[in-house]
Amino acid sequence: MKQQAEYQRSWWSRATQSPYFVYLLISPLFLILFAYVVYPFYSTFLQSFAGNDTLANYRKFFSLESTANLEALWNSVYISIISVICCAVVGVTMAFLLERYEFPGRRLLSVLVLVPMALPPLVGVLSFTFLYGESGIFPRFFQHLFSLEEVPFSLKGIWGVVVVHTFTMYTYFYLTASAAIKGLDPSLEEAATSLGAGRIRVWTKVILPMLTPSIIASSLLVFMVSMASYTAPLMFGVERTMTMQIYLARTNGNLDMAATQSTILSIVSILFLLIMRWYQNRRNYQNLSKGVSVHRSEVTSKPLKTISIILSFAGTLILILPILVLILISFSKDGSWTIQILPTDYTLDHYKALFTDERTWRPIWNSIQMGAVATVGNILFGVAAAYAMVRLSFKGKSLLDTLIMIPWALPGTVVAVNLIAAFSTESPFAFNQVLIGTFWILPLAYFVRHLPLVFRSTSASLLQLDQSVEEASRSLGASWWYTFRRIVLPLTLSGIIAGTLLALVQSIGEFVASILLYSTTTIPLSVAIFQKLYAFKFGTACAYGVLQILLILIVLLISEKLSKGSAGSAI
Amino acid sequence: MKSVRIENVTKKFGNVLGVSELNLEVKPGEFFTFLGPSGCGKTTTLRMIAGFYYPTTGKVYFDGQDVTTLQPNKRNIGMVFQNYALFPHMTVDENIAFGLQVRKLPKSDIRQKVDRIRGLVHLGQYGSRKINELSGGQQQRVALARALVIEPDILLLDEPLSNLDAKLREETRVEIKRIQTELGVTTIYVTHDQTEAMSMSDRIMVMESGLVKQVGTPQEIYHKPNNRFVATFIGETNMLEMKVSSIEGDVVTVESENGLILRGLVNGAAKEVQLAADSTIHVSIRPEAFEAGPGDNTVKGTIEFVEFTGLSVNYIVHVNGTSLKAMIINGGSAIKAVRDEIELHIPPRNLYFLAE
Repeated sequence: MKQQAEYQRSWWSRATQSPYFVYLLISPLFLILFAYVVYPFYSTFLQSFAGNDTLANYRKFFSLESTANLEALWNSVYISIISVICCAVVGVTMAFLLERYEFPGRRLLSVLVLVPMALPPLVGVLSFTFLYGESGIFPRFFQHLFSLEEVPFSLKGIWGVVVVHTFTMYTYFYLTASAAIKGLDPSLEEAATSLGAGRIRVWTKVILPMLTPSIIASSLLVFMVSMASYTAPLMFGVERTMTMQIYLARTNGNLDMAATQSTILSIVSILFLLIMRWYQNRRNYQNLSKGVSVHRSEVTSKPLKTISIILSFAGTLILILPILVLILISFSKDGSWTIQILPTDYTLDHYKALFTDERTWRPIWNSIQMGAVATVGNILFGVAAAYAMVRLSFKGKSLLDTLIMIPWALPGTVVAVNLIAAFSTESPFAFNQVLIGTFWILPLAYFVRHLPLVFRSTSASLLQLDQSVEEASRSLGASWWYTFRRIVLPLTLSGIIAGTLLALVQSIGEFVASILLYSTTTIPLSVAIFQKLYAFKFGTACAYGVLQILLILIVLLISEKLSKGSAGSAI
Repeated sequence: MKSVRIENVTKKFGNVLGVSELNLEVKPGEFFTFLGPSGCGKTTTLRMIAGFYYPTTGKVYFDGQDVTTLQPNKRNIGMVFQNYALFPHMTVDENIAFGLQVRKLPKSDIRQKVDRIRGLVHLGQYGSRKINELSGGQQQRVALARALVIEPDILLLDEPLSNLDAKLREETRVEIKRIQTELGVTTIYVTHDQTEAMSMSDRIMVMESGLVKQVGTPQEIYHKPNNRFVATFIGETNMLEMKVSSIEGDVVTVESENGLILRGLVNGAAKEVQLAADSTIHVSIRPEAFEAGPGDNTVKGTIEFVEFTGLSVNYIVHVNGTSLKAMIINGGSAIKAVRDEIELHIPPRNLYFLAE
């Protein structure tokens, strides 16, 4: 008996020692990625070749007789390029002004500059149409002011999309550029100046080249996000974009064409993802030099000071108006605001209804439930994948990383189409059930779309945790599991929580995939906002929006606290 | 207190050889040091003893029990890491108590043991401090206390002093040695610092490129190095390639290409050296082997460099086309300047012959 036990133990220890044992450990991760990322993508890919003539859909797509699809592709690329340029100009300028100059209103502005991040895409577009759309507050105001027949200007069409993109996406440029500027060693500029370089030369030869990596990285990112953008074209009625074409093909029941369009858009997105990863890997990070902090030049001359005050006031206004208008309209009586500049009748009913009226409360509760289910999945997968990625050594690491990033790079519309292709019939990965039309399809979509969030934040905190800390625990007699519970989890908890909150809040607000996938029995919050809008119940829609913004602000606040707390205890 | 035996251990990382065909026996209670330049395989060997690596081939025994593939948490070892690896979310006491909690000791026992060991490492007042509120030296002592409190069979120290400043390093060195002697635990110490190795160890293993170059007491390693690597790695030496011109009784006469003639003793040779007339040989002369003034083996030359350290005067002397480093204990006599002539002598017992 004893010998047998001995034998079994040695069998187990031999198995765990085998260089292939690690593949057994990571196989569930790859299985999940295969089932919910690769397989749906593959299903769409297959469907795009459906029919007697396998290439028919592609021929139709690229046909010169009906150019709707080609036009859509061109429009998407065109909008994306313009968006990149606008975001770059606004984002980098803001970063420079706020990091390098001292002027009245700088502090307030540097907080408000991140406001667009707190706006969920749908809610952001919504407030822009209220402010600057055809029946928006500003166009109406000028119409009344000058007693015109029609509104003098309004946001619509492609330019409307570009303006919204600029407002919501310049933060990508702002964040990377201001980080780069903070890391820019002022002694480099001083060195250049001492060597006789003039102002212009310092800029073109020293500062801009140092910022190039961050600008290129953000450009790729903004391009990708713009290509994937769906809400803005939808609200401004730009039908000829890739995402809208997919949505229309799908709602018209032309599933094969939707699959073809999705495949083409996926290829573009994945290509950009790969370029971005390649670029980030080859890019050298500059070492931050210690001690010297960036010097802010103070704006002193009188006229410049006046201009800067006016500009920062205007900036503050532009940044804060979208939220103010949402709050304002959330108190307005539904149906009372027609041709006036501002709503005339106000009420608290919408907020009361949020939590008391079953019909209004239902979508909120649906989204919370579905978001929670998805987030639990994200935590389990994200923590396991992050640990495997950081601590285990196996072949296929970059494959794992890429597979996790792909669903994030894919437009939500495409994710939805992929899931439809895979799960509208019984599938072994759905335990032989049809998922489309059930409660479960949306949590699955949220899980897939937000795969990298918990993974990224957890692996970031794991990377900060020196491996020897775990080894110390093992050397003191603790088992792997005991070590994980008492050492690894407490030390990475702040990262896990930050990622979890982000995933939860994004799931609750998710619109793009939801609109294609939702079942009428479990309508999510974002779809409810959309429906209220079309039923002219602006007040309720805005109350929903304000609730979402509050949620996001709370999450941002907690994350900020957490990152500060963990900085103190870092080794 | 256990012995450690390593038998024919080879460790490969992919195709890279970490340690090759290593054999070693550490006696119970011994203070044993792995010494070598970085990348020589000393840490790899230590990690195989700890159980963080498993050998590619070969066996590891604790007191005759095969532990080659035993998990690290089943080995009852105490380990101090180079960066201390303290748990940043716990206090000093919580860190020290961790291993005892794993062993499920009753709370009162844990309290008592933690208090005692905290006293031993002179951290009496710091029990409830957070780790980041301690200085580097204090963190080092917490790490030591945490490793010792579990009463390990073997204590493993991986360059524990390398993150301390010079003065603290010396203090802590003495402290570690004191505690080790008091507890009598078998200790394996990894370092690249020869002063640490020489001053603390009962025995030293010198390693290079995954191979053992010599195992011996500090005196053996210093005075009787087996090969040129050990002779040059430990301390400073003048290594000269010379030819044996004659052997008369126990006196060996050697001659360099440019005419420097020296006499040494037959028993001043490394083990495997075969002294024979006309054979080429390496001669190691430590700088402190030189004595001022004329005598046996007088060398005359021009001073190329002078350095006054207080304790000694260091010269580089150009003799017959060879530069020799010489160290003369500062006895208060006048110090010569560069380009001056100097006369020194080397007592024959201070010549050491090496093969290769």
